[in-house]
Amino acid sequence: MNENVKIGLEIHVQLNKLKSKMFCGCSTDYHDAPPNTHVCPVCLGLPGSLPTINKKAVEYALKVALALNCEVETRTHFYRKNYFYPDLPKNFQISQYDFPIGSNGYVEIEGDNGAKVVRIKRVHMEEDPGRLVHIGTIDRSRYTLVDYNRSGMALLEIVTEPDMGSPKEARSFLAKLRSILEYLDVFDGDKEGAMRIDANISIEGNERAEVKNISSHKGVEKALQYEIIRQRNILRRGGRIVRETRHFDEERNITISMRLKEEEEDYRYFPEPDLPPFSVVDWVPVIRETIPELPDEKRDRFISQYGISEALAKALTSDHKIADLFEDVASEFEPKLVAGWVADVLKGELNYRGLSLDVFPPSYMKEILKMLVSDEITDRGAVIVIRKVLDEGLTPQEVIEREGLRKAGESELETVVRDVLKNNTKAVEDYRAGKKEALNFLVGQVIRNTKGRADPKLARKMIEEMIENLA
Amino acid sequence: MSVITKDVLEHLLWLSKLSVSEEEKERILTQLNSVLEYFSILDELEIEDVEPMYHVAGLVNVFREDEVEPSLSQEEVLKNAPKTENGFIKTPRMM
Ligand SMILES: [Zn+2]
Repeated sequence: MNENVKIGLEIHVQLNKLKSKMFCGCSTDYHDAPPNTHVCPVCLGLPGSLPTINKKAVEYALKVALALNCEVETRTHFYRKNYFYPDLPKNFQISQYDFPIGSNGYVEIEGDNGAKVVRIKRVHMEEDPGRLVHIGTIDRSRYTLVDYNRSGMALLEIVTEPDMGSPKEARSFLAKLRSILEYLDVFDGDKEGAMRIDANISIEGNERAEVKNISSHKGVEKALQYEIIRQRNILRRGGRIVRETRHFDEERNITISMRLKEEEEDYRYFPEPDLPPFSVVDWVPVIRETIPELPDEKRDRFISQYGISEALAKALTSDHKIADLFEDVASEFEPKLVAGWVADVLKGELNYRGLSLDVFPPSYMKEILKMLVSDEITDRGAVIVIRKVLDEGLTPQEVIEREGLRKAGESELETVVRDVLKNNTKAVEDYRAGKKEALNFLVGQVIRNTKGRADPKLARKMIEEMIENLA
Repeated sequence: MSVITKDVLEHLLWLSKLSVSEEEKERILTQLNSVLEYFSILDELEIEDVEPMYHVAGLVNVFREDEVEPSLSQEEVLKNAPKTENGFIKTPRMM
């Protein structure tokens, strides 16, 4: 149904693993700070202040450009992009223009019909504007509040070609990009405002609309779904799509037409006179060395090295922290067993709670698997342990003791089985008479009486033997 | 020959968020055009074989290390702002 839809993305990514901002020494650690406490004359654009380029920011940008298979510009410089808006205290943004640090790259994603290549048009560096807070909704607020703590954060703008054919593919691209950026250790996607996305979308043969400043991957998918319906409806009624900028209202899941978009020439780009040009192409071999194994390579290695399925390998490698935990635990336990528990159970429980892996060290997984392999807890018990650890911050041992999850030993089980048989003579008779369902009932009783700690297989065997012996 | 027409001027004023009187517009229009006319002398130069120069100092690769330095206090930051609210700078409504 989406074969004639073309989607391109422009992604703004904060290089938030840096300690300081792009052009000044202000700390990047402002997320829990009061407004306007992480600013200095440079990022506040006070007259006479002079920016200086953060070397590590350029290294990070280069690292990203290389990981996205881009060509690197031999000589580049910054520009001033001029526009008046209160998020820019200088009335211009220091950005790049005709010599972006990287261009003509590509990323392979999981498309709607298998693997797909999305071309990267350019990767360039710029500074983040401040944060605007609108009182009430954006189209109705009476005034605007400005916090410049974010102003001057090192930002990468990554622009794709319109190669995605559906909202789902756009989301798949974003997930892949985030994964790569986190593997590179230049980006923490959990931080608020770390990634902001502009999405342009057209139905082939028509003008495109651009939806600005969407803050979540899910938001991008929703905004694009809405746009497809809106644009199709206009065309169905014989109307024309106008080229325009739209805003996504995350609460109402709709897009709204915004101000007239400035034309490129309106930005009156000119070379930033305060920053000398730079040439970093010599750094490429050194920076390339610092690029770790990326998600796709890791996935392929996991399949061949551990003999696990492609689906499991994908699930394990989409997040580098999950992948590291898996490898750590798989060095001590059967990899296939570990893969299932980490990818299917642990990852699922983390996602469900919106938690990152930081709360669950590899030693926890090892403890749980050790008890599982030595038959001290059941599969069901192991799942409960994982859930309670995540929900209540307990250690696995604490959960096992408190919830009484240790499997019933043979002698305990024997007592329980004997009791169950004594109290359910009717079922015992039925079983003797050839009714196999009666056995399931008795096993169920044993499990109930042990509060789930009985191993069903062992209970079944004991019941059979005991009835045999009674006869 | 006028390069800047009335329409172009209106557009520039919109970009600069400036509002000026009709009288001033006439005056600015004349001034802008004479400035541009003066600069048109440069069009006569032969620059086919000249590399563009983006920066006058001749410096290249001037960087700083990724080190944190102290920021200003909130009080200092807000000192020049005409209006503030709860530590924020207050501006007219923006779209
Ligand atoms: Zn600063």
